[in-house]
Amino acid sequence: MKFDLILRIAAKLLIPFTLLFGLYVQFHGDFGPGGGFQAGVIVAAVVILYAIIFGLETAKNVVPPIVVETMIPVGVLIYASVGVASMLLGGEYLNYSVLEHDPAHAQELGILLVELGVFVTVAGTMTAIFYTFAGRGR
Amino acid sequence: MIENLPALQIVIPLLGAVLCALVRHGGIAWAISTLVSWMMPVVAGLILAQVLSDGAISYAMGGWAPPFGIEFRIDAANGFVLLLISVVGAVIMPYARRSVGAEISRRNQAWFYTMYLLCLCGLLGVSITGDAFNAFVFLEVSSLSTYALIALGKDRRALLAAYQYLIMGTIGATLYVIGVGLLYTMTGSLNFVDVAARIADMETTRPILAAIAFIMVGLSLKLALFPLHVWLPNAYAYAPSLATAFLAATATKVAVYLMLRFLFTVFGLHATFENLPLTEIFLALSIAAMFGASIVAIFQENVKRMLAYSSVAQIGYITLGIALANQTGLTGGIVHLFNHAMMKGALFLVLGAVAFRLGTVKIEELAGLGRRMPVTMGAFVVAGLSIIGTPGTAGFISKWYLAVGALEQGMWWLVFLLVASSLLSVVYIGRVVEVVWFRPLSEKAEGAREMPLDMLVPTLILVAATVYFGIDTSLTADIASSAASALLEGVK
Repeated sequence: MKFDLILRIAAKLLIPFTLLFGLYVQFHGDFGPGGGFQAGVIVAAVVILYAIIFGLETAKNVVPPIVVETMIPVGVLIYASVGVASMLLGGEYLNYSVLEHDPAHAQELGILLVELGVFVTVAGTMTAIFYTFAGRGR
Repeated sequence: MIENLPALQIVIPLLGAVLCALVRHGGIAWAISTLVSWMMPVVAGLILAQVLSDGAISYAMGGWAPPFGIEFRIDAANGFVLLLISVVGAVIMPYARRSVGAEISRRNQAWFYTMYLLCLCGLLGVSITGDAFNAFVFLEVSSLSTYALIALGKDRRALLAAYQYLIMGTIGATLYVIGVGLLYTMTGSLNFVDVAARIADMETTRPILAAIAFIMVGLSLKLALFPLHVWLPNAYAYAPSLATAFLAATATKVAVYLMLRFLFTVFGLHATFENLPLTEIFLALSIAAMFGASIVAIFQENVKRMLAYSSVAQIGYITLGIALANQTGLTGGIVHLFNHAMMKGALFLVLGAVAFRLGTVKIEELAGLGRRMPVTMGAFVVAGLSIIGTPGTAGFISKWYLAVGALEQGMWWLVFLLVASSLLSVVYIGRVVEVVWFRPLSEKAEGAREMPLDMLVPTLILVAATVYFGIDTSLTADIASSAASALLEGVK
């Protein structure tokens, strides 16, 4: 598909905006529809689109499999660490209210951090699944 | 930190799993898993001690008060299960290094420990939670990691076994979640205690009866109640030895616990046993398991598979305790949950050692092995005697309680059936003992040696436990008895 000009230009146009939209869904998740899972899927879809148009090997150069496979546990680590932090600050596990001086702010901070963890893991998992299936039989 | 113990019970294995996945080195991952597994009994022990002295503990996850938030609720029944799982995990970890090193490719070892810790996290989570949907999530955490653990087996049939289990396990989980959904529609709550309080005036309505049916069938699949056990023999036979020992000792037990929780705490004795023919169903299926699975076990060539069928039969004893639904019978069921974990864990560790030395667990290859691995095979005999239920072993204690419970219900014929099914286990255990001790050495067994010390000690600890808990029952039977009364009383 290397010579398919229209597809390549369209993909190049789409990819930055899709990434941006993914980040919007991520960081607007506490005010509107969205959150870590959806944002993670959108960002993984960008990688998948890139791999379909420009080839799996090119995509693996941009987002190496080792990075993808590290993202999966790192996201869980972020999530779990928020819980551990709230325990260390004297609350129950994942009780965000103790993360900052003001409970309302702390709740927002907590959910943002937790969703960041979800985002990292979901983006990693989706890409890893695609790499595994696309890499079969090679 | 002391008030956060219930959360730590889940969080420590979760963090351990994450670290194992990040380091990607078999040796370090083993060290992490060992450290985590050794911390678990300490946490579980502290929790259980607190429960036994001050009554049930409630922990509000994330600071959201129950029944709206997720509640971790520990009473004598699940404190006991938590301790059981933790102890089994802690005992088998030193064994893991060599066994996993020999059976799993270097590349996959860290993944094995990741999956093991996730499974541990899920099993502990099911036991500790007081929320029906949260229990489903943890059940799936443990099941999904179990599928991966089984698929890591050396034999290529492990993949098929894992796939079979995946299908059956998912059907079970789906039925369970449908039941929970019905329950939620009717009561508007997912918290066990809250549901139990709200269900009182609607316990004969059709949706509730349907919910009971869905949840019971779903959990019966997970705990491999006859005739829903077909996934179990292959899964246990082809999984890595360590995974088999761990799963046989814990996974089905946790499903049994969840079933007990639903039957007695959530639905209440009255609703379930008077509105539905549950006693008859459980009695019939338990007896069918005790006999059917034992008879099939006699004809197995693969010893691991034979013990897997024996597990199905032993689960029959546990559900028999549920069917009796009186104090003594239920104590027998719960104590058997513990005792069976010890003895089956020991037996599968012995087989893991045989696989480690011989590379096979076919019965004819084991001929004469007793002369080359006397301590290992001695351990098999002792744990085997416990499966049979010889006095002086833990197996006798549970069968004794079951027999007395049956007599209290006026089912004297059940005592004969208990003895008859024990005779069947004499046949399949005796068959292995005969081959191992009284046959001339097979070619494969010729070069075998005793298993290494770090594998031997965990095996002997479990064997010693089966003997010790056969003589001194103060720990097991007493806690099981208070667990039984906690369940029979409901949550009042």
